[in-house]
Amino acid sequence: MFSRAYKTVVTVPPLVWVSLFLLVPYLLMFAYSFWSVSPAQTIVHTWNLENYRQLLRVDVYWQTLLRSMWIAARVMLFSLLLGYPLAYFLSFHAGARKDLFYQLVIIPLWVSYLVRAYAWKTILGSEGVLNTLLQYGHLTQHPLDFLLYSPFAVVLTLTHIYTPFTFLPIYASLEHIPRNLVEASDDLGASPAQTFWRVIFPLSIPGVLAGATFAFVLSLGDFLAPLLLGGPSGIMISNIVVSLFGAAYNWPLGAAISLGMLVLVISLLFVSERLEKKWSFS
Amino acid sequence: MLVKPQPVDSPVTTAEPPTLLEIRNIAKSFGKSIVLRDISMKVAEGEFLTILGESGSGKTTLLRIIAGFENATSGELWMGEKRLDGLPPYKRRVNTVFQHYALFPHLTVEQNVGYGLRVEKHSDAEIASRVEQALVRVKMTVHRKAKPSKISGGQQQRVALARALVKRPQLLLLDEPLSALDANLRRQMQVELKSLQREVGIAFVFVTHDQEEAMVMSDRIALLRVGELEQVATPREIYSRPATAYTAQFIGHTNLLRAQVQSGVVRCGSLSWKAHLPDGLALLSLRPENIRAAGSLPSSVRFRGQLRHRAFQGATELLRVECSDGLLFTVRTAARADWSGELEFEFDPADAVPVRVSEGI
Repeated sequence: MFSRAYKTVVTVPPLVWVSLFLLVPYLLMFAYSFWSVSPAQTIVHTWNLENYRQLLRVDVYWQTLLRSMWIAARVMLFSLLLGYPLAYFLSFHAGARKDLFYQLVIIPLWVSYLVRAYAWKTILGSEGVLNTLLQYGHLTQHPLDFLLYSPFAVVLTLTHIYTPFTFLPIYASLEHIPRNLVEASDDLGASPAQTFWRVIFPLSIPGVLAGATFAFVLSLGDFLAPLLLGGPSGIMISNIVVSLFGAAYNWPLGAAISLGMLVLVISLLFVSERLEKKWSFS
Repeated sequence: MLVKPQPVDSPVTTAEPPTLLEIRNIAKSFGKSIVLRDISMKVAEGEFLTILGESGSGKTTLLRIIAGFENATSGELWMGEKRLDGLPPYKRRVNTVFQHYALFPHLTVEQNVGYGLRVEKHSDAEIASRVEQALVRVKMTVHRKAKPSKISGGQQQRVALARALVKRPQLLLLDEPLSALDANLRRQMQVELKSLQREVGIAFVFVTHDQEEAMVMSDRIALLRVGELEQVATPREIYSRPATAYTAQFIGHTNLLRAQVQSGVVRCGSLSWKAHLPDGLALLSLRPENIRAAGSLPSSVRFRGQLRHRAFQGATELLRVECSDGLLFTVRTAARADWSGELEFEFDPADAVPVRVSEGI
């Protein structure tokens, strides 16, 4: 149907792009993860498994990874708890104002991540808006210090940032539910709650899975929120990778951790996609 | 409540069958557009009533009001002593078969049929036996474990029927349920649906835009036109005694004759005959099959005309005949090869039925 030349012109640039900026860096990272650093701070190009051994042996990496997953899990949960009702309301009950509300959910995505993270800093700080208000209202004597530089701050900020990402796929899946199914359920004697749990929710599961995956995976790899708002107790795995590639100058170990993360994330995506397929009917 | 056993072979009575649903002065508008105006009619127990109308006639809206998906702007719905309007759909003993079936895609055939019983929290044993019965009735036992996407349109149709009937509704509403099927399957389903209705004895209110379908299936037809009820009558009556020019034209073919009546004499072009009609202008509907080749009837009206066009339709043929005074007649005759030139026809004046003028006709 298309000429050979046309096919070449269309397929080659994206292939080059992907190989140059995705495949090659991954291969480099893969190679680095089997090398090591000499005491003189140079990369030793001899193949060994030392980095992976260290990864399994040193507790701090494990603990940080688990904490990161725990933070990501909470972000995922809260994003779903906020995003689902919002998407449900918009899809089924917003009526003529649907488009307006939709835009209102999308607009925060236009604001830079950094600005939003800093905004939380000014809200949560000990001299921040929230603490000032609490003290002004005599609700506390002293500024609450768990608000900023804590896992709490990280979870709060990431939830704020990733809720729209959870909302979008859920909203899309709810919009795809034929409304006559809801009418059929009503007609067959189901109460609104029964209709929700037996028809609407099962049919929105692919959206929920996609939204949950977004929130979890994006939070798991985040390093800005913990850097700006996490403090020592809010450190996440990406912060360790950043420091290994920076001040600590241990690229091989950083590459090993990154690769571990990559495998974890890819398996998550794989499972989530399988589940989504299982729950979609068309 | 005591139910009198019906005598099997009851003598012919003129008493109306008991009313199941009464529609009183229902009107509906969406914003400024009026969809239904002052609709009143009754649905009898066990009857097959068809709401017939073109798209935009408001037929689906009327059905949705009965089901409870829409609220009427004014008017009332009564089922016995119970007022239906204002009740949500799930509190009415009325079930619907939707135009595109609306089967739950994540549930199997069996689970779809059992849905309405499951939400009412019947026992598992009862659900199983009623679902089984319903599946047997629509011949879908083989596909009980299949998801709706794996079965054909006709089969989905049967599942949708079983799902509604398993609830034992007092009234079943069907919104153009056959419109998605191809012509052959559609005719087959018409017969199936009709015999199913006889079997279960539940009143059906069936919506369609297909007048042939309405004629074949219904006990009575309610013809809607842009939100107004034109006529409610049996297929025979609506065909032979159409109340309005629109009805006459919509159901079957007809000749609409504009005539002048003066002291019992009807004049139409150069034709005239005697009839008991009030003086003034009259609009008469004359079915093409009531016009014959001249010769057989003693008290007939005769006319001569040129054959202008003929359409072969198998057993019969439709002829367009133009008289010298410009009158055009459509005539249905037995198909014959040798129609040509000037022909003479006749009709019985009793077959020229007066109809009310409809707007735009």
